[in-house]
Amino acid sequence: MSLTRVLPLPTGLPWRTAATTPAQTRAVAAESRRDGSLVRINGLEKIYATKDGQTIHALKDVNLDIGETEFISIVGPSGCGKTTLLKILAGILSRSTGEVTIHGQALSGPSREIGVVFQAPVLLPWRTVLQNVLVPVEVQKRDRTRFEARARDLLAMAGLAGFENKYPNELSGGMQQRVGICRALVHNPSFLLMDEPFGALDAMTRETMNEELQRIWTESRKTVLLVTHSIPEAVYLADRVVVMTPRPGRIVDVIPVDLPRPRTLAMHNTPEFGRFVARIRAHFNSAGTLDT
Amino acid sequence: MSRTALYRFTNTVLLPVATFCVFVGGWEAIVRLAGISKIVLPPPSDIALAFWNGLLAGDFSWHLAVTMYEILAGFVVGALSGLLLGFLVALVPLAERIFYPYIVAFQTVPKVAIAPIIVIWFGYGVTSKIVITATIAFFPLLANTIMGLRATPHDQIEMLVSYTASRWQVFRMVRLKQALPYIFVGLDVAIVLSVIGAIVGEFVGAKAGLGYLILQKNFNFDMAGTFAILIILSLIGVGLHALISAAQRRIVFWIDTGGERVMGA
Ligand SMILES: Nc1ncnc2c1ncn2[C@@H]1O[C@H](COP(=O)(O)OP(=O)(O)OP(=O)(O)O)[C@@H](O)[C@H]1O
Ligand SMILES: [Mg+2]
Repeated sequence: MSLTRVLPLPTGLPWRTAATTPAQTRAVAAESRRDGSLVRINGLEKIYATKDGQTIHALKDVNLDIGETEFISIVGPSGCGKTTLLKILAGILSRSTGEVTIHGQALSGPSREIGVVFQAPVLLPWRTVLQNVLVPVEVQKRDRTRFEARARDLLAMAGLAGFENKYPNELSGGMQQRVGICRALVHNPSFLLMDEPFGALDAMTRETMNEELQRIWTESRKTVLLVTHSIPEAVYLADRVVVMTPRPGRIVDVIPVDLPRPRTLAMHNTPEFGRFVARIRAHFNSAGTLDT
Repeated sequence: MSRTALYRFTNTVLLPVATFCVFVGGWEAIVRLAGISKIVLPPPSDIALAFWNGLLAGDFSWHLAVTMYEILAGFVVGALSGLLLGFLVALVPLAERIFYPYIVAFQTVPKVAIAPIIVIWFGYGVTSKIVITATIAFFPLLANTIMGLRATPHDQIEMLVSYTASRWQVFRMVRLKQALPYIFVGLDVAIVLSVIGAIVGEFVGAKAGLGYLILQKNFNFDMAGTFAILIILSLIGVGLHALISAAQRRIVFWIDTGGERVMGA
């Protein structure tokens, strides 16, 4: 069964190892644009002011469109501004210059339609697992009884059935991270921002969670922005993989992944899959930062 | 009895009891054998007798009631005002600019040293003792409340705000919760200081209370009586501390050990 994407995904682009020539830069620019996008990021720049009076240029001229129901993976070396980009999209971090629109409207703050998975689980230690998952429901004053059933289903999906009434400090790091994922999904947001959600998981659990995420995305037609350090994971899940440079973070390549859907774990071993991985990895090699 | 049970019994019952017996017995023996004057160091048997007489004869009870009233009233008044001003300073920037310099300046003043002034202002009755106690209990709560309300990890606030939480929701759902461990540390410090405050107030000038009684007994060279009152005072301190700790364990259950301890006086 192949899923028809809402977006036309252009194919037949030549393979590139790194975007260096003007023609290649233009190709990247073309690949960052999508018609009828949910999110448009234009010339986005973020400069942090540190306490000692210095500035850190975290993001530089980031341009990206994210289509409705599209799955985007972002890879890039540590410290290149992935989390920064995610927080700006979540509406909790100001931008220095550039514009971001969601549904054609300038981004002005957090939205009920967004669910964020943070790099650290950020659970509240005085709340049980279930109460933690229900935080968005409580904050947004949604119908608690209806969403509690959903929260329990999500926890079961994440392999946490039976842990609903435990406290976070009774959970392992990977379990806490999975609670954080359930929390981001509980209010059924249409736009998911995920910051290395599976980083703390073992390979097996990670693959299961990848499959679950693909299933959730296929069934509920969400738009997903996933930051990951795992290139195979990025390829496995994404419609497009965005590669960022070391600080100041810029988008150096956007790679459409036209592998058929639904994807299976067995695809990891196909030559097509390997070519996508190799193309992304080449950027890391050329940047001198071997990661993953 | 199994080996572990025996071990536990030895550790929790036998050892403390044995230590206590050896200590008290040794004290008694030294005082009697060396013929130390009772005015210098009374034997434990005399202290026990004074303790017993004082409680049974009702000799202490009125003074005990007065001091307890001073401790509790002073504690409640001081802790509540410290708490309220702490919230104000931590949450309202204008209030911080107005009050904070004075708070810092006044905090360095040894509160015990102003006790004589307060007695002049408020008289020899219980009021002056309550004021002194409240002044002393005020600062641990103030400092800890301010610190606690500022202790919320940034990422917890980010998390809540990303789900569209309002300022009030952030306050109610995390900042207040994060402040609670600090507030309890403040309460714990304040309750112990309250006992000191009431006694110091009575030393400066009073008509009743255990502190007043200590001075009386001392004046009459009734050392056994003085020691008996000291025991009562420690029992009060231990008891009040235990009450706060019990409440702390119930309310701040997610913390295994207490927060940062700030000495306010
Ligand atoms: N609050 C901040 N104040 C100052 N500088 C910051 C702040 N947050 C991030 N930075 C800087 O911005 C840069 C990008 O940080 P960011 O967290 O976005 O990186 P990242 O790509 O998510 O890295 P990682 O993969 O390690 O999570 C880093 O160099 C960091 O030092
Ligand atoms: Mg990050």
